[in-house]
Amino acid sequence: MSDRLSVAKTYKLYVGGAFPRSESGRSYPVADTKGAFLANAAQASRKDARDAVVAARRAFAGWSAATAYNRGQVLYRVAELLEGRRDQFVAEVSTSEGVAARKAQSLVDASIDRWVWYAGWTDKIASVLGASNPVAGPYFSFSVPEPTGVVAVLAPQASTLLGLVSVLAPVLATGNTCVVVASQAAPLPAITLSEVLATSDVPGGVVNMLTGRTAELAPWLATHGDVNALDLTGVAATQRPELEKAAAGTVKRVLRAPATEPDWTATPDITRLRAFVEIKTVWHPVGV
Amino acid sequence: MSDLWEYAPAPESRDIGNLKPSYRMFVDGQFVDGTGEPLKTINPATGEVLAEVGTAGTTDVDRAVKAARRAYDKVWGRMPGTERAKYLFRIARMIAERSRELAVLESLDNGKPIRESRDVDVPTASAHFFYHAGWADKLGYAGYGQDPKPLGVAGQVIPWNFPLLMAAWKIAPALACGNTVVLKPAETTPLTALVLAEICQQAELPPGVVNILPGAGDIGAAVVNHPDVNKVAFTGSTEVGKLIQANLAGSGKKLTLELGGKAANIVFEDAPLDQAVEGIVNGIFFNQGHVCCAGSRLLASESIVDELLAKLHSRISTLRVGDPLDKNTDVGAINSAEQLAKITSLVAAGEEEGAERWTSPCPLPDKGFFFAPTVFANVSQAMRIAREEIFGPVLSVLTFRTPDEAVAKANNTPYGLSAGVWTEKGSRILAITQRLRAGVVWANTFNRFDPTAPFGGYQESGFGREGGRAGLEAYLDV
Repeated sequence: MSDRLSVAKTYKLYVGGAFPRSESGRSYPVADTKGAFLANAAQASRKDARDAVVAARRAFAGWSAATAYNRGQVLYRVAELLEGRRDQFVAEVSTSEGVAARKAQSLVDASIDRWVWYAGWTDKIASVLGASNPVAGPYFSFSVPEPTGVVAVLAPQASTLLGLVSVLAPVLATGNTCVVVASQAAPLPAITLSEVLATSDVPGGVVNMLTGRTAELAPWLATHGDVNALDLTGVAATQRPELEKAAAGTVKRVLRAPATEPDWTATPDITRLRAFVEIKTVWHPVGV
Repeated sequence: MSDLWEYAPAPESRDIGNLKPSYRMFVDGQFVDGTGEPLKTINPATGEVLAEVGTAGTTDVDRAVKAARRAYDKVWGRMPGTERAKYLFRIARMIAERSRELAVLESLDNGKPIRESRDVDVPTASAHFFYHAGWADKLGYAGYGQDPKPLGVAGQVIPWNFPLLMAAWKIAPALACGNTVVLKPAETTPLTALVLAEICQQAELPPGVVNILPGAGDIGAAVVNHPDVNKVAFTGSTEVGKLIQANLAGSGKKLTLELGGKAANIVFEDAPLDQAVEGIVNGIFFNQGHVCCAGSRLLASESIVDELLAKLHSRISTLRVGDPLDKNTDVGAINSAEQLAKITSLVAAGEEEGAERWTSPCPLPDKGFFFAPTVFANVSQAMRIAREEIFGPVLSVLTFRTPDEAVAKANNTPYGLSAGVWTEKGSRILAITQRLRAGVVWANTFNRFDPTAPFGGYQESGFGREGGRAGLEAYLDV
């Protein structure tokens, strides 16, 4: 047993590829499931949310135009780096969710595998959702899925890593950029995941991670004119109607998830890939 | 210029429209009296009353939804897809059989040229039923799982610009996927939807599968807000679409919206100009510009804008505006006095804000609602005529110097329904179409529609698609 005092990490926000504190100067204590203090997390403000949207919008042109192959490699790279930090995540998930190390291990492993699963989808989803349209006339017509734009993701509250990866990876795989509000009570794995994203090849601004009060931040994202879609997964059932209503002001796409968190360990389908794409149909005459 | 060519009027006989003095709503397989105040639908080309149409009251909405629920639970929802398919094929055939009648009736009630109702609206409506009929027993191949389920009762509200075609776009996929329908046609154009109801009867569609409720906006609101409706589909203005989305918040109903647009039609310096002129004219004057995906913002390369404008003026001067039933008519009547007032006020705003107005010198009929094709040059992005949907035969012309500027200007709108690109350079077409944030992009053509090709918007032009495999998602519980 060493008597050396360990160096504790400062948990901050992740916005535009940097790790700022909240502009509000606020923070809040994060405890484990038994109530023992773990760290102070930044408590993001409306201004932080807006800055995050600006960063996500700025990153959209590049990320959405990246080749599907490239996006697949980038997502796979996230899995590689996550694997390298496996022990750290096991420890963090274990304390954050109050689960035994064995269970935490399987959750982290599933999270890594989920990145791999979605990495493999980037260059296939267009073939699955797109089409060549056999129109009745001398035209070549085809349809392709394109990213919806900036997605505000209200991440699951209970599943701190696997749930987060399960909602984040499909948004990225289809070429969207996003602002994520991490689990309010247990945000530490999300922030550590941000460190993985920052050191992988995900361009800055593609993922922006906020910590703080979900109920406080969600309305600003739901009404924001430069947010195109909203994932309500981590929002309390009581707040959902109000957010859906706010989202209508700019005709946002709203992903309604079940009020209780699903079993994130189940094999996903392409529902979440389909949720944040727009089908574009292009026509051109055929003739000599 | 139109004076150069004399032409003999070639009117289609209005008798073919089989116009009846009165129409009633269609509920549970029967035409019945509604409890709403009857409305008089007029011919916008003359102002004459065409027929009296019974409307639904709010209790009728409940009655129709109950009928649809019953039909869903007892018959349609459990019917094998192969059988559902045959009903839809029948309807498709019957629309085709009665196409002349439907075309004349549509032109009478809506004001659109018979050439368009005959060649576009009615055949495409029939094609939509024919296309979706085939899906009814093949849904397991559509990419939504092996046995995707319907949603239940669909409440649908449609606009007045393509009355029959929009009814087909809504009803055909809903039925193919196993849902039943309560549809409210637009207040000013209820007639062809009620003939479609008659066709459903003739096709022996089980009672309650399709219910059609004429009425005003309050009835549309009652349909979409009815607690026993599982799915809502709306085509219309962005303003009303936002209201519906807000009203449905927390209801769990599946929603698809096809809303307004302000499409950019981009003409590069290397475009085939004569071909482009035809496309631009079709893009904005088709259906009097009452088209959500109309090419209402022309973005012309600065180096060719003068030549393009001269060609446009010359071509537009030859458009014949007048009697919708005349087969020579290019531009028909504006659908209502209200819409004419809206167009007039936006055109006035364009003049006040300093755009250069040119209007076709074509003669206009002395009665009815008509507006001569109009082009505004020197339009800037801040002007109302560059930002707001006019929904009339009015084109706003802006210019650009570089492809980047063209794309930036095209995307500078909260809408995102459609766009056009004109250039001879293939690589440029592909590059520009990729960068345009719009659901439908026509390259070297415009305003093409087909049931196999998904249609729908980005951003505030709505969400969900109609047509193609993608369009089925709107009516399946997936």
